[in-house]
Amino acid sequence: MTLGPLLIGIYVFVLASFVGFEMITKVPPTLHTPLMSGANAISGITIVGAVAAATTAPPTIANILGALAIVTATINVVGGFLVTDRMLRMFGKKKKK
Amino acid sequence: MSHEVIQSTVVPIIYLVSTVLFIFGIKRLSKVKTARQGNTLAAVGMLLAIVGALLELGTVDYRWIAGGMILGTIIGAAFAIRVQMTSMPEMVALFNGFGGIASALVATSVYWKLVVQQGGAGTVAEVIGTDEAITVMLSILIGGITFTGSIVALMKLQGSLKNGQPILLPARHFITFGLLFASIVFGVIAVVAAGSDSVQWVLLLAGGALILGILLTIPIGGADMPVVVSLLNSYSGVAASMAGFVIGNPLLIIGGAMVGAAGLILTQIMCVAMNRSLLNVLVGGFGVTDGAGGGGSDEYTSVTSCGPEEAAMVLEDAESVIIIPGYGLAVAQAQHAVRELADLLKARGTKVTYGIHPVAGRMPGHMNVLLAEADVPYEELLEMDVINPEFKSTDVVIILGANDVVNPIASKDPTSPIAGMPILNAHEARSVFVVKRSLSPGYAGIKNELFEYDNTMMIFGDAKKVLQGLIGEVKDL
Repeated sequence: MTLGPLLIGIYVFVLASFVGFEMITKVPPTLHTPLMSGANAISGITIVGAVAAATTAPPTIANILGALAIVTATINVVGGFLVTDRMLRMFGKKKKK
Repeated sequence: MSHEVIQSTVVPIIYLVSTVLFIFGIKRLSKVKTARQGNTLAAVGMLLAIVGALLELGTVDYRWIAGGMILGTIIGAAFAIRVQMTSMPEMVALFNGFGGIASALVATSVYWKLVVQQGGAGTVAEVIGTDEAITVMLSILIGGITFTGSIVALMKLQGSLKNGQPILLPARHFITFGLLFASIVFGVIAVVAAGSDSVQWVLLLAGGALILGILLTIPIGGADMPVVVSLLNSYSGVAASMAGFVIGNPLLIIGGAMVGAAGLILTQIMCVAMNRSLLNVLVGGFGVTDGAGGGGSDEYTSVTSCGPEEAAMVLEDAESVIIIPGYGLAVAQAQHAVRELADLLKARGTKVTYGIHPVAGRMPGHMNVLLAEADVPYEELLEMDVINPEFKSTDVVIILGANDVVNPIASKDPTSPIAGMPILNAHEARSVFVVKRSLSPGYAGIKNELFEYDNTMMIFGDAKKVLQGLIGEVKDL
């Protein structure tokens, strides 16, 4: 049996989905919002694809689309992680008191 | 090191490390003690992934990349730093929408570059490969739905779209499924069309996806938006995964799939907390005031109200107080005032705890975040199952801008729209004070019979102002 790139990709997709399912079994309601927000930031991983889509200097349509993808993905990543941290910092601070 | 070695060995190892960091990150995010660390781990994983992506590119023109990243960082950081804790659900929805559209843009850009600009002969499937062509269309479809769906969710959360009420078009299921089917057909045609003819079909697909996002979200009421945002979060993960198939990058496939699955589970957990099925949420129309709700009139007949001074006198003799915060507290930004009142009462020897309904506020866990912001100790926030047996032996309950989650009708009338939804049994306490701006209904659009109970007193007004009044009165005791 030899696996083509698509099949390997599908294997990876299915296995990673199981990892995702297994990780989120018991979450206290307190963490629903931060968890959603943190996972949301991770979905900005599409930035890796966006970077590869804007690599030439002349402003072609493909490049502009790629650059737009970089802007939106970066907003998702930077904003997502920062806002999650802001929320979680609040849970942390009362611990010390 | 040659660029080939970097591409064939170094970059894949970087991506692998970043995958592992994502797994640890999400895992740790699901426990209170390790959550912040988990978020940091995931962020480091993301940074590594970006470094890997830049290394993989080698020497290219970086101006667009750098410009886009700088602009995105400024916008993202500005939003994240300035947003009020009360608007957190809107923020998550907005970022989610950006993530979705980014995946769709990546796919469109790849398509445009390889098919339209380089213009190879043959069908789209022949030019970029069948698998890639299919996943390009899927990225556009899912990413587009995620984008407009998230924007509508944001507007519903803000109440700027018909006050968050469901918008029900005639024959909406027919229209929605028709458009979904049409969009899939456009996508299929775009895959098999000759490269030069495919643009119109791709644009039709994109347009269809954007409209679908709106149609799927508008019939769902504002109260259910957290579930929708969580589900859209799952979609944005799947969209990223599809983009991973397009560019053949396992990191995107894995990261996207994990977020997709985790988002789906989280959505399910939220539905269970509301005693609803996901299908029931998605069909929409929940909370429409159609007046067909049996004999129960929406008019209130015997409501008693009082001012802060009377409430303070009752509080003077109370040994135990439970505070139930709801969305009204968030709107009034009253989280600091409520803590101040609690501190005053505690200084007088009164036992104060908080009863947190799983869907209090606008998003599960939203109240916990708000009260944490006001330095309310974590141990005082009790979940519904823990606090419900306590109400019988409690002297005073103060309900701050919560409504449906304390409506006893949920467990009494099986025809009620909120029948079966678990509630906080506030009515079992000796005295109940409801701080609310008016008698207007909550998201479910129904009357709350608790307001007519003999042991209930309404204190009308903005939660913060009422609390400040109460604080003044308690100080004078």
